[in-house]
Parts: sequence; C-alpha cells; structure tokens
Amino acid sequence: MKAYDVIFYLFALLTVLPAIFSAFHPNILYAALSLFISFFGVAGLYALLAADFVAAAQVLIYVGGILILLLFAVMLSKNIYGATFQEEKKKKIWPSLLGMLFLGVITKIAWTTHWSEALVDNLVQPTTARIGHQLLTDYLLPFELSSLLLLSAFIGAITLARSK
Amino acid sequence: MAVGLSHFLMVSGLLFVLGIISMISRRNMIGVLLGIELIMNAAGLNFIAFSRYIAQDLSGHIFTLFILIIAASEAVVALAIVLRIYQNRATISVEAVGEMKC
Repeated sequence: MKAYDVIFYLFALLTVLPAIFSAFHPNILYAALSLFISFFGVAGLYALLAADFVAAAQVLIYVGGILILLLFAVMLSKNIYGATFQEEKKKKIWPSLLGMLFLGVITKIAWTTHWSEALVDNLVQPTTARIGHQLLTDYLLPFELSSLLLLSAFIGAITLARSK
Repeated sequence: MAVGLSHFLMVSGLLFVLGIISMISRRNMIGVLLGIELIMNAAGLNFIAFSRYIAQDLSGHIFTLFILIIAASEAVVALAIVLRIYQNRATISVEAVGEMKC
C-alpha cells in the first residue's frame, strides 16, 4: 500500500463520514457544520487528482462562501430543531432504502465497466495557467455567460431579500 | 489494490446517494439545499476523476469551475427566497408552503 492510497482513504473517510452525519442528523445546524468538513475532504480529493486550482477554488467558494451563507440562513430562521429524533428516524427509512438501491447500481457500474484508463505518467503539473488559457480561448462564451449569471443572481437576491 | 478511477467514482456515488437521501427526507428547506450542495460536489468529483484518468486534459476542471459558479448563484437565490418565505410565514417547512401564493 503506497502513501497515495493511504492519503486517498483518509480523505475519502473525511468526505463520507461527515456527509452521512449531515444526511441523518435531525438538527440542521449540526448538519451544515459537518458539511464543512466534508467539503474540505472533497477539496483534498481534488488535490489528489492533480486539480490544484479547483481544490483552492472549492475551499474559497464552498467553505468560505456558500456554507457561511447557509449557516447565516440556518441561524436567521428560528425553529431549527423542528422534529424530534424518533420522527426524523421514521421518515428516513424509505429514502435510505431507495438510496441503497441506487448505490448498488452505481457500485455495479463503477466496478464492472471496463474504463479505458489512459493515465500514463503520474507527473503532476500546475494547472492554473492552462485553465486560464482555456477559459479565455475555448470556453470564452460560457465564461462571460457565467459572469452574467452571477450578476443577475446578485441583483435577484437583493431584490428578493429586501424588506418592503 | 491500487487506488484507481473506480475508487473515486465510489466516493462520488456515496456523496450523491447521501445528497438524494438528504434532499427527499428533510422537511426543512435549508436541509434540501444542503442535499443539493452534496449532489453538486459529487458531480464535480466525477468530472475531475474522469478528466484525470480518461480525458487527460482540463475540460473536467473547467466544468467543475462552472459547477462551483452555478452552485454559488443557486445558493444565493434560494436562500433569499427562503428568508422571504420565513418573513411572510414564519416557517420554512417544505410542506407548509405547498402553494405559491405568499
């Protein structure tokens, strides 16, 4: 077992265990907080897949932006405790069974398909410059459209949340 | 066995299934949003894994960046709507806001 594998399993545990906690915990505040750790784990997996820029963007945008926003919303809405643990457990049975079924299908596909893996060298190069180059050549239109999307989301959120 | 593409696909499949469970079993609107964020992360992990092991270029990275952008704008608008509903109705349960009239 190489060091890469050990690090992979560590990050996989760091991703999956908090995600399980966040899916099944009845208190929404703890669910949001455990999602923090899970997103850090996903950033680590990105780094393991030689995606350094995307890992940094994940930490900046998800952990620093979206989750802070979610926590704000959780704390601004008062009755976060809601249902008791027993009720919550009863409600989770059917979704969990459905999820197990789905997971079985995904597992079968992931392990029995013959992926034509073409990973020849394990050389890891920095990707930031190449991503910037691609964004301004091949993906220029989606890039500009995404800035338009962000602007409209920004204006829409202000208009919606403003009190009359 | 050495860690390969299938291992990353399994992690992303687990995240996806947990997001689905969280999305359809929670009654709290913010809980549903948490599930959607998990699903988007699973999709991004899939893109990066395929881009590393099969495509050998940066197209997967760029798609993941767009997923991040869309997740950010979706979270902002959805939370604005949730706060608005909370101001008007004092509840954010999915069942309590069945009709669109506020």
